[in-house]
Amino acid sequence: MSVMTMVKAINNALDIKLNEDQNMVIYGEDVGMGGVFRVTEGLQRKYGADRVFDSPLAESGIVGTALGMAVSGLRPIVELQFEGFTFPAFNQILSNVARIQNRSRGKYGAPVVIRFPYGGGVNALEHHSDSPEALFAHIPGLKVVIPSTPHDAKGLMIAAIESNDPIIFMEPKRIYRAMKQEVPEGKYTLPLGKARVVQEGTDITVVAFGAMIRECQTAIALAQQAGISVELIDLRSIYPIDREAIRTSVRKTGRMIVVAEAHESFSVGSELIAIANEEAFLYLEAPPRRIGGFDTIVPLAQGEPYYLISPERIFYEIGKTIHF
Amino acid sequence: MAHDNLPAIFHHFHPIEDKMLQIIDNEGNVIDKKRMPELDDEIIIDAYKQMLYERIADEMAVSYQRQGRMYTYTPNIGQEAIHIAAGMHIRGEDWLVPAFREMGTLLAKGVTMKEIFLFYLGNEHGGSFRNIRNVLPMAISIGTQFHHAVGIGYAVKYQKKEEVVFTFIGDGGTSEGDFSEALNFAGVWQVPVIFTVQNNQYAISVPVQKQTRSVNLAVKSVAFGIPGIKVDGNDFFAMYLAYQIAVDYARSGRGAVLIEALTYRLGAHTTSDDPSKYRNEAEEQLWGKSDPLLRLKRYMQSAGIRAIDEEQLREQYREEIDRQFADAEQEKSYPLSDLFDHMYTDMPDELRRQKSEYEQFLSWKEKRR
Repeated sequence: MSVMTMVKAINNALDIKLNEDQNMVIYGEDVGMGGVFRVTEGLQRKYGADRVFDSPLAESGIVGTALGMAVSGLRPIVELQFEGFTFPAFNQILSNVARIQNRSRGKYGAPVVIRFPYGGGVNALEHHSDSPEALFAHIPGLKVVIPSTPHDAKGLMIAAIESNDPIIFMEPKRIYRAMKQEVPEGKYTLPLGKARVVQEGTDITVVAFGAMIRECQTAIALAQQAGISVELIDLRSIYPIDREAIRTSVRKTGRMIVVAEAHESFSVGSELIAIANEEAFLYLEAPPRRIGGFDTIVPLAQGEPYYLISPERIFYEIGKTIHF
Repeated sequence: MAHDNLPAIFHHFHPIEDKMLQIIDNEGNVIDKKRMPELDDEIIIDAYKQMLYERIADEMAVSYQRQGRMYTYTPNIGQEAIHIAAGMHIRGEDWLVPAFREMGTLLAKGVTMKEIFLFYLGNEHGGSFRNIRNVLPMAISIGTQFHHAVGIGYAVKYQKKEEVVFTFIGDGGTSEGDFSEALNFAGVWQVPVIFTVQNNQYAISVPVQKQTRSVNLAVKSVAFGIPGIKVDGNDFFAMYLAYQIAVDYARSGRGAVLIEALTYRLGAHTTSDDPSKYRNEAEEQLWGKSDPLLRLKRYMQSAGIRAIDEEQLREQYREEIDRQFADAEQEKSYPLSDLFDHMYTDMPDELRRQKSEYEQFLSWKEKRR
């Protein structure tokens, strides 16, 4: 075991796979020197500039060329610098990466991992605080993965790299270095598409992912003091979504709230509420609800306290649903 | 940007000077004897036959669509010299990353008309070209394929293979960001990719003059530090020479080449398009005089190459193509699982659930009859 931040855990996962698979390459903007968050630090020195390298500054090119590499036998991992800069690559992701396997009837796959930091809470410039997971989860052919701890980040990243399907790997930048955790030094994987019950409880189910897990844990401590038993589920995988985990938990608690930073309408929360209705309708004691960002542009730093979801807000919303 | 051993032809036809590589004129006369490729008569006859086959297959495809037996089709007529010249330079393991108007090159790679027909009959099994190595499916999303070609080029170089990547785009496609990005990546990474711009004068209805103020399309290579050349795309020999030089350049590890093939789309953009709405007959007739098949045939006649029985050949090709179309038409079976099976390598539960719920509906519907 070794104590790691999420940045270090992802770096460690990439290191393990680069060492294991000669066909794996990593590239993107500033990746050679380690990337703006240092996730790829030291890898170019260790594996050479033909395997870990800087690309020209063009996201569509980064993703489009990755598809070309993937169909001809390489396993590319590409970094897009921030979630706000994924959109120049959106056409390649949606029109080609997600479709090549179906279009070629399985002749070609796209074993590509597209990884990028996302989310608010870091006092950033515009385009550096969004949570676009629903946009990607809506695209057939992709898998969308979001870790919430260093341990999960490593296991999910190795699973993503080993997957033969294209993976959108979203890294909550706010907790890149905010927590340290004991992480096994060797190789391990976590299954894609499976949620994790972070904490068991009986009164209400809280579903979250990424940086919101930590905020929920603080809120749950407040709830406990108020005598409310909360079950916390970390989705880990946005698509495929773990329907079974939602069914089991909501049938048990009869109540659910979803906490996610993204704009509330047409969000992952909306999807989870549909699942709660389909799978646990007769068990519900209160309407399942979404606690999300407003349907507004994510504000700059001064406005962010309104937009971001605080533990206190989560505690307040838990109370509202409990006392419905 | 410095190029080691840049072949002289790229200097002589530097795109900034807007010169065009042309070897035979519209009458089939050799106007550039020095550059005329040395080809055996039988190879020239074979090239002509391949162009004729593509022409006939294309005419028949349009006709099947008109008869209501096939869906929207994208005709190739007038651009065969480009496709066949490229096809004659593609080796077995070389990659073909098509747009959607280079049928002759697909055929040269081994794709069958049956597969192409099946694709236009609305079946993904046709468009997958799954039996032929190193051919990507056609790219309908304009320009995106250029990046795929560059990525393949990187992989080829990384794996120390000698393969060359052929990719195509139209004149309209050169306005897409992916076109410029890909040329830039190809320059920086120095990958073995041959980019062909089929400048057939129109992007659906929009003439090339509305796409760019550049003096030509080959000149776009200059900014990205890769050699480019403008070629008479209706002149088989000029296209043959251009590919010969480009393939040699790319295969020897010197990097990418951009070829602008100046041609004319004698047919419609697709079978849903009506060119009479945006171009006139006089223009079509003028370009008709530059028909690549006519030009090659005239050359063959004046060069005294043995005559072929074209009528008999046409009949033979028609029968063969009709047989392939009939085969494609027979394949009507499209099971529900075809929608789901190739979305992921391991099908997510959500897809399983959606499929199974639809199957329940189908069995309900069956019982209701």
